[in-house]
Amino acid sequence: MRLRTAIASRARSHSGENPEAMKVKDEEKKMHSIISRYAFIKREQTWRFEWSDIPGGVAIAKALRTWSLSIAGILVFLLLWQATANSIDTSLGQFPGPVQVWTQVQNLADEHQRENERRVEFFERQETRNAELLAQDPNAEIRVRPYTGRPTFLDQIQTSLMTVGFGFAIAMLIAIPLGILCGLSETLYSAVNPIIQLFKPVSPLAWLPLVTMVVSALYVSESPMFEKSFITSAITVALCCLWPTVINTTVGVASVDKDLINVSRVICLPTHMHIRKIVLPSAIPLIFTGMRLSLATGWMVLIAAEMLAQNPGLGKFIWDEFQNGSSDSLGRIMVAVLVIGFIGLILDKLMLALQRRVSWDKQTVLR
Amino acid sequence: MQGYLEISKVGIEFNTESGNFRALQDVNLKVEKGEFISLIGHSGCGKSTVLNILAGLYQATEGGVILDGKEVNAPSPDRAVVFQNHALLPWLTVYENVELGVKQVFKDRKSKAEMAEWIDHNLALVHITHAKHKRPHEISGGMKQRVGIARCLAMQPKVLLMDEPFGALDALTRAHLQDSVMEIHAQLGTTVVMITHDVDEAVLLSDRIVMMSNGPAATIGEILSVTLPRPRNRLALAEDPDFVHARQQVLQFLYDKHKFPGAKAA
Repeated sequence: MRLRTAIASRARSHSGENPEAMKVKDEEKKMHSIISRYAFIKREQTWRFEWSDIPGGVAIAKALRTWSLSIAGILVFLLLWQATANSIDTSLGQFPGPVQVWTQVQNLADEHQRENERRVEFFERQETRNAELLAQDPNAEIRVRPYTGRPTFLDQIQTSLMTVGFGFAIAMLIAIPLGILCGLSETLYSAVNPIIQLFKPVSPLAWLPLVTMVVSALYVSESPMFEKSFITSAITVALCCLWPTVINTTVGVASVDKDLINVSRVICLPTHMHIRKIVLPSAIPLIFTGMRLSLATGWMVLIAAEMLAQNPGLGKFIWDEFQNGSSDSLGRIMVAVLVIGFIGLILDKLMLALQRRVSWDKQTVLR
Repeated sequence: MQGYLEISKVGIEFNTESGNFRALQDVNLKVEKGEFISLIGHSGCGKSTVLNILAGLYQATEGGVILDGKEVNAPSPDRAVVFQNHALLPWLTVYENVELGVKQVFKDRKSKAEMAEWIDHNLALVHITHAKHKRPHEISGGMKQRVGIARCLAMQPKVLLMDEPFGALDALTRAHLQDSVMEIHAQLGTTVVMITHDVDEAVLLSDRIVMMSNGPAATIGEILSVTLPRPRNRLALAEDPDFVHARQQVLQFLYDKHKFPGAKAA
């Protein structure tokens, strides 16, 4: 009780007319009531520790609380996982728990290192061999062969990231301009909308055979810049992650404040200025919402596409492990599952960071 | 005789889902150059529609508007609008908001330095120079409306259209802004058409008050000339018999002759 009154009187003495300051005080008050549950306060004692006594203390307390809760959540999950895993037996052995998965993480890292060493050795051998040949006969025809070792887990991650990046880029190059046009012109929107609605729910796996055949037929060149499988995966990703951005951009552009549009009409802004100065800044939040949904979709689609089409990447890694069927396989697949989740999370955080940079409104809380 | 701004036989009909709705019928008004006109009437009487037709944002179904010898059929910086809720672009600073219009209007006529000077001049006119690098969300409602006015003045409009410019402000801020508008009107001699629902405001600012009858098919009911000498001072006028009389006439029109349609039901 005493604490409450102390807080209240402090808040009162601090509060000015400034509503911003009032808001901050309110926040602090809330924090106090939360912290008071954790702080070492006893009614009888004369001393007491309060986070607000140290500079930045309230922020520290808030961060501590969030972090400790996150860590607690993860710990509980790990315990539950281990407990459940122990009681599941499959034909490939026991379901991997956190410990087994950690072992596989180390194995995969070691494999990557070994493979790297082997590659370095391969090129060294090749170089010495060629040098010897040239020493014997300066006109000797030397051959430089590419290294054809098995791609390691890290290589697969890299391939997957490149593919999703490429597919996402293609999708955005189409989706954002299309969305802007649809938002500006109701006529175009009415014409395009049924097509969007029709293709939006289509699974990537349905597109895949078609894309594979079309790419094989059309992408023929002597020295292709990209592998066919890379193009196939990327286009499948693009086809599936187009729609959230198109739809959100359309909504964002169509819902620009009417007064602002009238301002633009009165000033007689030409169309390109109208889009740049009025439409895009208004629509930025929704465009980013769409882009984040698209990227998440794209990442999910990619794994499925790689698995089915045997395109290199994380999906293929999982499929290969599954076919391999060793006692380590499930653990290794679990590593891939966690990595896929983690990368998805990082991609979303990156988009969020980009949105913070681009958006004019630095005050909105982005989630 | 032809006026500077002439509205003749304007009517407008909107196509709504429940059939056609006639908002205005046979609106006629001549405005002289430099005149300050207020449009007053109950909400829903079509004041804003008249203003939107003047701005070129709506097209009249019949009749037309002529400004300075030219027909009005599209929006133009010639008829700049001060919107009720300021309508500043939140992603631009005060200065950039004004600049947007200036660049468009003077792109071939002024150099960069001249434009900058002109923008600063207009910001000073509405006493907002100190906040020129702030964003709209960092300044008060009254200041936002000042920027809205500066943005319009900076485009050197032939007519300044104001759509309930002070409706969203508190009484004290409103009084400050009214004084500013009077000051600017005296200084620049701009032709102004303002919509208001505040009787005191109309009497204090206007040369003529145009009172509109209730819709549908609203039109101009009466026009009252306010002959009070300028500059006008709100304190001195409060008990001035002419002021009180003019105020009385507007009130009588609004509450006796043309009661608010909602009032009967309530």
